[in-house]
Amino acid sequence: MATPLNEADLADSAVTAADARSEKSDKSSGRGKLVARRFFRNRLAVAGLIVIVLFYLLAFTYSWYSPWAYDELDPAATLMPPDGTHWFGTNQIGGDMFAQAMRGLQKSLTIGLLAALFSTGVASIVGAAAGYLGGWTDRISMWIVDLLLILPPFLIISILSPAFRGKTWLILVGLIALFQWMITARIVRGMTLTLREREFVKAARFMGQPAWRIIAKHIVPNMASLLIIDATINVGVAIITETSLSFFGFGVQAPDVSLGTLISAGSDAVRTFPWLFYIPAGFLVVTVLAVNFAGDGLRDALDPSSSRSRRKERKRIKENAGKTKSPAPETVGAQA
Amino acid sequence: MSAAPELSAETGKPTGTVLEVSDLDVSFPSESGRVHAVRGLSYQVAAGEVLGIVGESGSGKSVSSLAVMGLLPPQARVSGSIRFQGSELIGKSDTDLSKIRGKKISMVFQDPLSALTPVYTVGAQIAEALRVHAKGSMSKQEANKRAVELLDLVGIPNAAQRAKAFPHEFSGGMRQRAVIAIAIANDPDLIIADEPTTALDVTVQAQVLEVLKTAQEVTGAGIVIITHDLGVVAGFADRLMVMYAGRAVEQGPVETIYAQPRMPYTLGLLGSIPRVDAQEKQPLVPIEGQPPSLVDLPPGCPFSPRCPLAIDACREAEPELLTIAPGNPHAPVDTTHRAACIRTEELARPDAGAAEVYGAEVIEEAPVASVPRAERTTVLDVRELEKHYSVTKGAVLKRKVGDVRAVDGISFDIVEGETLGLVGESGCGKSTTLMEILELAAPSAGSVAVLGKNVAKLGGKDRKAIRRDLQVVFQDPMAALDPRLPIGDVIAEPMVVHGYGKAHIEQRVPELLGLVGLRAEHAERYPAEFSGGQRQRVGIARALALEPKLIVLDEPVSALDVSIQAGVINLLDELKAKLGLSYLFVAHDLSVVRHIADRVAVMYLGKIVEIGDVRTVFEIPQHPYTQALLSAIPIPDPARERERGRIILTGDLPSPANPPSGCRFRTRCFVFAQLSEKDKQKCIDVEPPRESRAEDHDVACHYAKTREVV
Amino acid sequence: MIGFLIRRLVNYIALCLVATFAAFSLASLAFSPLDALKLRNPPAPQATIDAKSAELYLNQPIPQRFFTWLGGVLQGNFGRTIADQPITDELFRRAGVSLRLFLLGITIGIIIGVLVGVLSAIRQYKISDYVATTFSFVVLSTPVFVIATILKAGAQSVNDNLLGGYQFFIVQGESGTVDGGFGDVLLDRLQHIIVPTLAIVLTQVAYYSRYQRSAMLDVLGSDFLRTAQAKGLTRRRALFKHGLRTALIPMATLFAFGFGLLITGGIFTEKIFGWYGMGDWLVTGIQKQDTNIVATVTLFIAVCVLLAGWLADVLYAVLDPRVRI
Repeated sequence: MATPLNEADLADSAVTAADARSEKSDKSSGRGKLVARRFFRNRLAVAGLIVIVLFYLLAFTYSWYSPWAYDELDPAATLMPPDGTHWFGTNQIGGDMFAQAMRGLQKSLTIGLLAALFSTGVASIVGAAAGYLGGWTDRISMWIVDLLLILPPFLIISILSPAFRGKTWLILVGLIALFQWMITARIVRGMTLTLREREFVKAARFMGQPAWRIIAKHIVPNMASLLIIDATINVGVAIITETSLSFFGFGVQAPDVSLGTLISAGSDAVRTFPWLFYIPAGFLVVTVLAVNFAGDGLRDALDPSSSRSRRKERKRIKENAGKTKSPAPETVGAQA
Repeated sequence: MSAAPELSAETGKPTGTVLEVSDLDVSFPSESGRVHAVRGLSYQVAAGEVLGIVGESGSGKSVSSLAVMGLLPPQARVSGSIRFQGSELIGKSDTDLSKIRGKKISMVFQDPLSALTPVYTVGAQIAEALRVHAKGSMSKQEANKRAVELLDLVGIPNAAQRAKAFPHEFSGGMRQRAVIAIAIANDPDLIIADEPTTALDVTVQAQVLEVLKTAQEVTGAGIVIITHDLGVVAGFADRLMVMYAGRAVEQGPVETIYAQPRMPYTLGLLGSIPRVDAQEKQPLVPIEGQPPSLVDLPPGCPFSPRCPLAIDACREAEPELLTIAPGNPHAPVDTTHRAACIRTEELARPDAGAAEVYGAEVIEEAPVASVPRAERTTVLDVRELEKHYSVTKGAVLKRKVGDVRAVDGISFDIVEGETLGLVGESGCGKSTTLMEILELAAPSAGSVAVLGKNVAKLGGKDRKAIRRDLQVVFQDPMAALDPRLPIGDVIAEPMVVHGYGKAHIEQRVPELLGLVGLRAEHAERYPAEFSGGQRQRVGIARALALEPKLIVLDEPVSALDVSIQAGVINLLDELKAKLGLSYLFVAHDLSVVRHIADRVAVMYLGKIVEIGDVRTVFEIPQHPYTQALLSAIPIPDPARERERGRIILTGDLPSPANPPSGCRFRTRCFVFAQLSEKDKQKCIDVEPPRESRAEDHDVACHYAKTREVV
Repeated sequence: MIGFLIRRLVNYIALCLVATFAAFSLASLAFSPLDALKLRNPPAPQATIDAKSAELYLNQPIPQRFFTWLGGVLQGNFGRTIADQPITDELFRRAGVSLRLFLLGITIGIIIGVLVGVLSAIRQYKISDYVATTFSFVVLSTPVFVIATILKAGAQSVNDNLLGGYQFFIVQGESGTVDGGFGDVLLDRLQHIIVPTLAIVLTQVAYYSRYQRSAMLDVLGSDFLRTAQAKGLTRRRALFKHGLRTALIPMATLFAFGFGLLITGGIFTEKIFGWYGMGDWLVTGIQKQDTNIVATVTLFIAVCVLLAGWLADVLYAVLDPRVRI
């Protein structure tokens, strides 16, 4: 049973327990609250978050209140500037720009979100496995990463575009994700390499925990903040990739629309019918900007301010360094 | 005070007070509020005097010295006064300060590995210090020549050639020498050394302290040496200032403070360090609790929550520094012994030793310890263990440069209820040995047997079973626990892995928490909510979960502050006695090993050079390396420390990729250096075998001879 | 070191070949170049289709087709387009056009980017830092085709409104037909190149300044900077001599990644400004379902990216003595 070893230990635990209790008030609900506080202090990040939520709502509910459908034409009004009937104006064949922009936003947001989730998932599995298992798993997966990094994803997807023309847009999501996970995977691998040397991972290994359980229980949860941040940033990247492809007609195909196809259609008439270009372009830029601001705010909040904590960590390591472990590998042979 | 300073006839330096800090306050903004890192600090440094500042991490000792240099980050708020040679430094512009920095006041930093710019050569960085203050009157060649001279002065061999090397080509000790060379380049009047040896091995620490003494002799500068190690300053400082929670809590001449500490904190600190010169086991004094947060200090003495003598009055107001004994009125600075404590009389009583005040006792040994060694079960048997691996060079562009023989044929065994200390400098292979044992994989050569079972011959299932008997406690309590798991889960993990029932685990976790002095309710908290010492206790509880026979301890206390260290060491001692555990205790700190181990093995470059009963090895060491190691350890006793002869080893640890032929230690051996050419040849040609010199005392040296060094 | 760089180069060449093979295979699988003939109205006779198929080696397995093509490449013959034009002649003209844009854009972009990054790190949380940060955020959130289109429209407005109709900025094509001396040709090229280059420079500046800023911030807290100040350097001098020099090191690695961004950006810029470069060719190639063009452009891009990677290795060794041996 719980037998304290001596008076001193009892006193120690009593004192510190009291300390911990007094601290507990702001820690009990834990990290979550702290992160939220840090995040909400960052005004740009909050603005970003609001914009994203708002755009999602707009994009998915527009059909309830929009007088026009995106594939509906108003032959009476072609190339009309924004007015009461057509809030964002109309295009060359009388399509309503508001409905089209919302439909495009919906498509771009959905594709961006799915592709980002998918690619971050792939990245965390490949990166963690490569980093933890090392050896051939590592060599082969990093070689694939190198290979895929050589070819801009845009190039590959556009080459493949004739093959999926007319098929479901989910293929596009898959392709974007497939060519977007590499850099994240590398970062995850790097972090895994450090985590693998962390003593709590070693402890798990020395108690007989199998590799896959260590990855699932200790490695991936400890990278959760990185993965969340990265998934956010990847939404922005995926949206840009999607619109870029659609701009050249390699992505979302007519009759469906995305912000990319709208911008493409409007870009020839920037100076004459500016609303055709600036409205979808504006939505696109604001969306990506909002995602990036939110991602940046998340980084500051989750990664307890990357630079500050890193410096502290370094200092702590320094304090123990020489007393303990060997010098950096490259200095081993310095005297010889 | 602001009159022209008098000049000394001998050194041509100003005499009297060089630095006078009064009422210094430094605070920083932080997430949880303003941190008052230094609160009302006053001290003086006389010309040519060495002032030691001692304190644990977070006591404000480094911050106060950075304030003197004017190198605090811009968000720091500084007030009070810092007068250097009569002129006020606070409020001076960066340009004005830069004329004083490096010229009149210079600084040596804690971490030599990052203190030099990686992209410039060492020589160029020293020359820069000269040229920046010469204002164009010194040519590049002259500066370079002088830089080489300085490197030579701080004891870098082949200075002319080494000056062209980049910092990463220098070892830690050499980089610290280079930093000292920069510090003394312009013959300063004050040198501030901020933990200059903390990051270094003990033999290198002895070298660097020697260099600092030389530097002081050459420049005649006043020195402020900041450290957490009461041993380091004992033989070096003239006066001492002990800091706690941003304030000076005791100051005075160094002999007085060590002999008659009057602040309970100082007393506790002195009592919490195990001493390498202890004849028999001394009780270790743990100071319970942890230093207060400097964000929101409650009124009263900040040490009162941890103080065994605290009374109600202590919690009412923070005590001023009170005079204990007047100092020498003719000294240029105030040498009065003062302590910030209202209960100093209590400590003046003759029976007020640290152990008595703090109520610490020597822990009794386990019953198994009285059984003769030969009759006990062997828990771990390591025979001719080897571990070679290839080494790569370069941070990014890795290339293989050779084979490192990290562990090169070592043998030892541990019996039931015994602690074997494995000691040696960084890079000697002690951690590799430990990892080899823990991996339970077949070693490159040799064998490891746990409880009589050779691990190389084990199948997967048996290997897992054997892990129950072999557990580990790591060095860094921060890194050893998964920050995402509550500590209850941390402790339960080994039991889950080994398939214990849920009911059993639920019953066992509180039991284990109690065993290490934590409370059952703690199980739900996360590691971040605990202090370093508590986390180390959680790590120990996890190691105990499967009721192992042998615990491998990898520097279990080196990451902890001294006052916390003692509590963990006592806990380990108690657990051993109570549960009959065996320990393999890897450490670089020989004092701790002296305290806790029954036997000790000294490693040098992958070999065991001396092994035996801890008293034999420490009291009558025979291998020159053991002798040098022991002699390098500072003893927290100014009187003894000043009369001790010290064996200073030359150079650094050679690369294990290319060890010297014959005896590996010969390149740094003082015995070898004095041998005749003929005798030397034996050391060069023949690797000394490990031979028994007495009962349970093996030494690997051709010319082993007892020397008393402690 | 030299040996290392050579080994890396060999590895890069292997990667190049694999990447090109991958692109060639994917293109061969995805494209159906005979559609154009089949869907013609009236449909082309079967014999014509068969002949075309044989001409394009469509009856051979893909690896064999690739090695046939690669064999030609090694002899300096990049094959023919579907329309039976030799690719090689056009390749060099188009590569020149693209490289002019890329190299100019990246050089100016890096220089300005590094400067902006350093200044905004040193003046962290000052107005200039906020301006620079906001600029990079906005630019990095805007796809190149939007930036390029806006710049194009903007330049035309400047021509029409500010320059009174004088067409100073030419936003269509990479060069005009000029008769005249060297000065005239130079002016003509300048007029064509300014706006497209600007489109590339903007993204490059945004990209590099972000990273240079954080690299510099990391260095600002470093111990060696403190040592430099402790020896008597003023903060400013320590920052530039010790800080900047060290903070440049991570830029070498970024250079390799940044190049990919540059290429994608280049494709759009060329297409939007009507430059007949490699990017434009790629888009045309895909639209015409021409495997040879796509493979050639892929090879070109792979070579560029890998050269940039290799250059980054060299640069790293030059900047950081720790990796030099």
